[in-house]
Amino acid sequence: MLQRLYDWVDERVDITPLWRDIADHEVPEHVNPAHHFSAFVYCFGGLTFFVTVIQILSGMFLTMYYVPDIENAWKSVYYLQREVAYGQIVRGMHHWGASLVIVMLFLHTLRVFFQGAYKKPRELNWVIGVLLFFVMLGLGFTGYLLPWDNKAYFATQVGLEIAAATPLIGDEIRTLLAGDPSIVGAQTLTRFFAIHVFFLPAALFGLMAFHFILIRKQGISGPL
Amino acid sequence: MSDKKRVSRRQFLNYTLTGVGGFMAAGMLAPMVRFAIDPVLQTQEGGDLKSVVSVDEITNEPQRFEWTINQVDAWYESEIQKTAWVYRNDNDEIIALSPICTHLGCTVDWASNEEYPNQFFCPCHAGRYTKDGVNVPGTPPTAPLPMFEHEVRDGMLYLGDAKSRKGA
Repeated sequence: MLQRLYDWVDERVDITPLWRDIADHEVPEHVNPAHHFSAFVYCFGGLTFFVTVIQILSGMFLTMYYVPDIENAWKSVYYLQREVAYGQIVRGMHHWGASLVIVMLFLHTLRVFFQGAYKKPRELNWVIGVLLFFVMLGLGFTGYLLPWDNKAYFATQVGLEIAAATPLIGDEIRTLLAGDPSIVGAQTLTRFFAIHVFFLPAALFGLMAFHFILIRKQGISGPL
Repeated sequence: MSDKKRVSRRQFLNYTLTGVGGFMAAGMLAPMVRFAIDPVLQTQEGGDLKSVVSVDEITNEPQRFEWTINQVDAWYESEIQKTAWVYRNDNDEIIALSPICTHLGCTVDWASNEEYPNQFFCPCHAGRYTKDGVNVPGTPPTAPLPMFEHEVRDGMLYLGDAKSRKGA
């Protein structure tokens, strides 16, 4: 049944080369943990991607209940966590996944660094990776404010002070982020929400696509 | 392969990997899907009956009465106003009808159209209902006006939720 559906589409659109190009390629022996157990270090990039997928999915579902408004943000989070079935699990996935994705990203970076896998011709992909790291930190920073509890509020207060310490344009950056020169409030929350769910994910998707295309183009770096 | 029933090593690995992958994907998605469909599975509790008007004020002519209820909408609580058309029918029973037209939800009025002085009239598409709330055939509504659950306690009329009725 599934096979026939696939064949029907394939006959008309010729999709086999498309997915083969993406999915069907040799895994070199030196990155296969079945051959050398120590090759598990090559999994960290894929694990980062896996956790990112969980973050995207759980985040999409959380926005079904969440409202980015100072009156209702905390109440809606409380409601979705306490009253909605599996709310605690879905919010938990997003909460813990946020930390996990940074851990995985960091381990992946360490592997690439200590194996020297960033060397020519892969310098550009290292740079993209660093940009991805910044985008992830941005997602962590903006997402932290969204529950609008005391911890979120004061962490953002501190983060904004750090941003304000930038030489020359510090105050402008702070106002740009917070939406107001002195208040951390209504405008800060909506801005952080927009950045968290639209702007940074868009940047993330673009950079990830670039990151993966380069891996396919350049292949995995050789054994040590 | 000569023997059709034999499963090749490649096939076996494909099956196990698909199975394990599917299991992981299901474990990941199940809580999220349940979370999303929760409103559909919530059981609706009947609202409390609220005191609306003294039964002495109810006449044989439908009258509009208003009362407020406390509505809990997830994390948002508010007072909302409810309206009913209330009268005593020929058997001396109290009838409390919802003013929401069953066609497209406009608000119906009693005897507001001069041509039909003894009917409920909806101004949006000229839907009409007889005094007992039954829709007049040939007008847009396909069902009678919903009727409020009611109770008389200590000389006061208490109204609850509006229950929809089957079409005429």
